[in-house]
Amino acid sequence: MKCLFSLLLGLILPVSSAFSQEDSPDAMIKGITEEVLSIVRQDSDIQRGNTGKAIELVEAKVLPRFNFQRMTALAMGRDWNKADPDQKKRLADEFRTLLVRTYSNALTGYKDQTVRYKPNNKPAGDGNVMVRTEILQSGGKPIQLDYSVEKGTDGWKVCDVIVAGVSLVTNYRDTFIQEVRANGIDGLIKMLSDKNKQLEAVKK
Amino acid sequence: MNSRIAGFCVIAAFAAMGVAGCATTANNPRDPFEGFNRAMFSVNEGIDGVVKPIAEGYDTVVPGPVKAGIGNFFGNIADLWIAANNLLQGEITEGASDVGRVLVNSTVGIVGLIDVASDLGLEKHAEDFGQTLGKWGVGEGPYLYWPLVGPRNVRDTFGLVVDAWVDPMERIHDVAARNTLIGVHFIDLRASLLPTDRLIEAAAFDKYSYIRDAYFQMRRNAVYDGNPPPLEEDDEE
Repeated sequence: MKCLFSLLLGLILPVSSAFSQEDSPDAMIKGITEEVLSIVRQDSDIQRGNTGKAIELVEAKVLPRFNFQRMTALAMGRDWNKADPDQKKRLADEFRTLLVRTYSNALTGYKDQTVRYKPNNKPAGDGNVMVRTEILQSGGKPIQLDYSVEKGTDGWKVCDVIVAGVSLVTNYRDTFIQEVRANGIDGLIKMLSDKNKQLEAVKK
Repeated sequence: MNSRIAGFCVIAAFAAMGVAGCATTANNPRDPFEGFNRAMFSVNEGIDGVVKPIAEGYDTVVPGPVKAGIGNFFGNIADLWIAANNLLQGEITEGASDVGRVLVNSTVGIVGLIDVASDLGLEKHAEDFGQTLGKWGVGEGPYLYWPLVGPRNVRDTFGLVVDAWVDPMERIHDVAARNTLIGVHFIDLRASLLPTDRLIEAAAFDKYSYIRDAYFQMRRNAVYDGNPPPLEEDDEE
């Protein structure tokens, strides 16, 4: 439950393109987090498990804050450079669909959690900043939820979400590398799109 | 975790590994016993076919506050050993805070049913002997997947045996009371994992390797108390 909820926050938090305070990655994450939490707190449908509505919220608000090309590149490691521009686009599209479908229902796990923002986010290498937060929940250890954020041409974008030390992106790396080794880039695209079709079919 | 079950599984599995160990095809260097591990994974999936419905029933029937109380109760028992591990790791402040948690929650919190300490700012930690060994510099060793227990590398398997050995619930002499506690603890643990389950089912291409890879990242993070140094491979484009 805790895990799920963190995942939900992970995707949901970096919401809101309307938010203007984007001069620092911390402010961006914090502003978005609070905005999304305030929406979920008032939405009893989402709290009661309406995954479809959660997906709508994610697609409308969260997606603009994520750099899916970069996420896909991180998930694939060196293999990313073997893909041509068209393949890259299809990979990123499929990976985005997978992440959104998979994690949107985590939003529905919201109870009474609050978020604590940890200070001192020293830059972690090449223009990449780690914003650290914790999900606080009564009776449990706080859940560590970190965002790897990079500055692009249109502001700060999230390129990885790390829950309790598990990167939702690089956790796929070994699987993706194996698939590319076995069936090439197109094999990976097919694997992703098959998975998405399967999830689509399961979704009521 | 029940040390009897854990102990039995560890012994049984080591024995089985002796038999199955050579017949494996490993394509992940950190998982040389993949064949054996996948076999144990299937065994667990089979056992879970029975356990999961019970946990789901428990999750549906038991009211939220009662579940919270049950979780807090076992959490309080665990805090004692968490304190010891923090002290063993030289984390004096955290260890002292854990001792404070046990004192407060066992008394004001009514034998641990209410987590008063968290409200007072004494945060709950998660430590075990495997992490302590990691802090001391013990390497992880190959990945193993145990029946009932689930994923553990060799270091954490040894840690688990120590964790189970010091578990105060094992010191309860009344067999019925002990088994009831252990049973409820197990179901409560399983129920707490139900949402994660649904997520993994959706996210994973291959459930076995998704759990394995997450386990590697999670334990590394735990040993470094949430601040692991970046891996080389994470830098590549």
